[in-house]
Amino acid sequence: MLPPAARLAARRLLGLASASASEAAGRRLASSPIAAAGYSAAASRGSVSSTRPFSTALNYHLDSPENKPDMKWEFSEANMKKVNEILSHYPSNYKQSGIIPLLDLAQQQHGGWVPVAAMDAIAKIVEVAPIRVYEVATFYTMFNRTKVGKYHLLVCGTTPCMIRGSREIEDTLLEHLGVKRNEVTSDGLFSVGEMECMGCCVNAPMIAVADYSKGSEGYTYNYYEDLTPKRVVEIVEMLRRGETPPRGTQHPERKNCGPAGGNTTLLGEPKPPPCRDLDAC
Amino acid sequence: MAFLARALRQSNSRLSSRCPAVAASCRWISPTAAAGSPEAGAAVAPADPELPPPREPVGGARVELPPNPEDALEVFVDGHAVRIPKGFTVLQACEVAGVDIPRFCYHSRLSIAGNCRMCLVEVEKSPKPVASCAMPALPGMKIKTNTPVAKKAREGVMEFLLMNHPLDCPICDQGGECDLQDQSMAFGADRGRFTEMKRSVVDKNLGPLVKTVMTRCIQCTRCVRFATEVAGVQDLGMLGRGSGEEIGTYVEKLMTSELSGNVIDICPVGALTSKPFAFKARNWELKGTETIDVTDAVGSNIRVDSRGPEVMRIVPRLNEDINEEWISDKTRFCYDGLKRQRLNDPMIRGPDGRFKAVTWRDALAVVAEVLHQVKPEEITGVAGKLSDAESMMALKDFVNRMGSDKVLCEGNGPNPPADLRSNYLMNTSIAGLEKADVFLLVGTQPRVEAAMVNARIRKTVKATQAKVGYIGPPADFNYDHDHLGTGPQTLVEIAEGRHPFCSVLQSAKNPVIIAGAGLFEREDQDALFSTIETVAKKFNVTRPDWNGLNVLLLHAAQAAALDLGLVANPSESIKSAKFLYLMGADDISLDKLPDDAFVVYQGHHGDKAVYRANVILPSSAFSEKEGTYENTEGCTQWTIPAVPTVGDARDDWKIIRALSEVAGAQLPYDSLSAVRDRISTVAPNLVHLDEREPSTISAEVKPPVKQQVSSTPFKTVVENFYMTDAITRASKIMAQCSATLLKK
Repeated sequence: MLPPAARLAARRLLGLASASASEAAGRRLASSPIAAAGYSAAASRGSVSSTRPFSTALNYHLDSPENKPDMKWEFSEANMKKVNEILSHYPSNYKQSGIIPLLDLAQQQHGGWVPVAAMDAIAKIVEVAPIRVYEVATFYTMFNRTKVGKYHLLVCGTTPCMIRGSREIEDTLLEHLGVKRNEVTSDGLFSVGEMECMGCCVNAPMIAVADYSKGSEGYTYNYYEDLTPKRVVEIVEMLRRGETPPRGTQHPERKNCGPAGGNTTLLGEPKPPPCRDLDAC
Repeated sequence: MAFLARALRQSNSRLSSRCPAVAASCRWISPTAAAGSPEAGAAVAPADPELPPPREPVGGARVELPPNPEDALEVFVDGHAVRIPKGFTVLQACEVAGVDIPRFCYHSRLSIAGNCRMCLVEVEKSPKPVASCAMPALPGMKIKTNTPVAKKAREGVMEFLLMNHPLDCPICDQGGECDLQDQSMAFGADRGRFTEMKRSVVDKNLGPLVKTVMTRCIQCTRCVRFATEVAGVQDLGMLGRGSGEEIGTYVEKLMTSELSGNVIDICPVGALTSKPFAFKARNWELKGTETIDVTDAVGSNIRVDSRGPEVMRIVPRLNEDINEEWISDKTRFCYDGLKRQRLNDPMIRGPDGRFKAVTWRDALAVVAEVLHQVKPEEITGVAGKLSDAESMMALKDFVNRMGSDKVLCEGNGPNPPADLRSNYLMNTSIAGLEKADVFLLVGTQPRVEAAMVNARIRKTVKATQAKVGYIGPPADFNYDHDHLGTGPQTLVEIAEGRHPFCSVLQSAKNPVIIAGAGLFEREDQDALFSTIETVAKKFNVTRPDWNGLNVLLLHAAQAAALDLGLVANPSESIKSAKFLYLMGADDISLDKLPDDAFVVYQGHHGDKAVYRANVILPSSAFSEKEGTYENTEGCTQWTIPAVPTVGDARDDWKIIRALSEVAGAQLPYDSLSAVRDRISTVAPNLVHLDEREPSTISAEVKPPVKQQVSSTPFKTVVENFYMTDAITRASKIMAQCSATLLKK
């Protein structure tokens, strides 16, 4: 048997060798078409391989002309009624439970994003320190802390959608709109973001469209499923014209999440559940 | 493999025989030989049938079992039975059993977060290792801290913690006193499997005191909990989620707490370190001297870390009765004032108005000569706010021997209430404030006058929802309070039972009244204190079992000065003085001093009073001398010299002793112990070290007061928390703090 030190050195060497081998394997893999598509998509999104992707937004606030802590921000009169309604759901000594619904309401009122001033206003309403609201707002990725478009397009990036081509959908959207991810188009209409599974795997790939163009009264949050790059561009153009594309599956032959061209199985009446023969007892 | 297992078993037995001796002196470290490689750990035969001998509780901790045996329970830690009170956590039970569990997020003075997972232990019948800091101990629980499961769990947690932690220990200020460093040596593996890029986090600007290197942060949230729970400034928070999580303020905000420096101590890694101390020294180069702080009247226990002749930093020392384990920023960061503006040599002001350095012999001769030219009643001695009891005793004896009784201490006002000790002490004691349920603060803003007392009040208010009423100018509080009024009228209303706050006081079980020492300076102080006593009598504040009538002093010297009887009236003494001896007194008004008066300034800093001085006698600062101080609750403590004094400076009492000899009125003591003997004849409590001697005589015996309270509202006594005395005024860090952190 080798002395321990020599064995340690040998194992280190072995480890180094296998690491470089796997790297080489990775490079070989990259030449195959599927992996190449994945890699190029990653490159086109501007992600550099040496950085790890974290949350999409910064965890700290940077002052900008439209987002400053000393700005005044208030809920509108109609929304103030909603605020009171929301707060009535919680005991008066646990007002902070209302932070999440209030942030959502503020986001709808403010065109899809929550400025610091709105968070401060919420902190005052629920009687906590502002930092407690910041903590919540930074934790949840659906609270946008920077400006988004009137139509915020959220592409599902989770495995089933990715396998069904969500990266293509996203690339098409970004190319069509001429923006990068989380950027707003120059007319302020659209922005594209990524979201994790929204539960539509059966109709993958899908996007969700948060419509902030009509304030909190006309706010909608619709899913568009079974997308193709062509169809997603059509949807964007319809939205641009102010039309409302039919929500749900975009497949011409599917109804909701049923199979294309109608049911192929379970066609008859379902059998009743088997019962015991009570007389036999 | 058999060879390996044998070797490990040998090393195990060696270690277990050595450990008990180690455990007494330092943090107990589990045998790392077996923990080093998990597969080898599994190969070793499970726990030895013979138990290691039981250990002493960690840090000599004592556990008070409740009187009712039903409120105690028994658990087994590594096979040993320990009895603990109900409600203890598994971690506390292990501590009682003498097993120190590694931890990062758990801190005994903060709420439990349970998010670092370092304290995982194995509990029998539990499917997974449990986080001992957050798990309540249950009767009969069998806790195992040293099994392969527990070791592997810790090793895994440590690997995760080190995943994103930079390997910058060589340039990290925490290096050498870092919990992460120590615990990864004791419990971690010797390598990690993480090969991706480490994350990096933007550093936050928390102000001139706390330096942040947020990439090093392990998200234990101790600082967040400290800021929220103890300091009472809800600025810090945990932002983001998952591996992008970071500590921050979200918006650009400085940490404006007077206790912010403590986050440096509680941070287990090098994420929050001291900005003034950055890259100055390594902790193993420093000599620690356990002494006390003199920048306020609390007398916080501190350790002065010095390297050679230089004070490098000040850190707190545990004292449950005074400062727990926190200190204020002023205490912690005033040390750079000890290096600046120091007086090195005796100096005489020449005819051209400029100072000229001379020898001690010449300086003392000049002073003695002037001393003999003035009439005895024109001699006045003033002790400064940082003076120790020995020097004040010497000053008083010396001035008395010269035939004058005009010797006083600054800050004690025209007619100090020195007759009864209970009239100027915090009779409830600082720790006793925790039993109170109603506070009435009269003309005092404890947050700036005595930050540690304020921390106690805040702790009580947070724990028991105690009510706080405040009479005084609008002030910053970090807890809920009722601002009852700004002047003595409100106090009179309470005394006459006309104020709504009376009902609160009436229903209180242990009410506390705290009067500020700022009231001493008022003309109507006798009337004010008698009104306060009326309130106390009316609402049962002083009872045989509870004394809630307190005075919160401002300066370190005040209590001892009143004990020793330095009680002359300042304005009269100064008006008639032809020879004024200022012993570090900078804040006394010299406007009325006759122009032809001869002023001797004995002190360590070239501060305010030096401008008027004719002769300067350099003395040593609190970090350089042994001196007795009495804090606001009447506890006597000593400073211990940490560094040699600068230049030709001498201890205060020695200068006066030398001067007395030159002046022909030699004082009868030549050593510190002889001075203390003399003190013991005047105020015996000042020689009982580290003891709080409460006042025994009640306030009943006071003569009636005929004075009327005036309607002048109370004034803010401390305008600038960061600059209150000669040392802090000379400090650059304190100047930065007052420039950036004070509310304008």
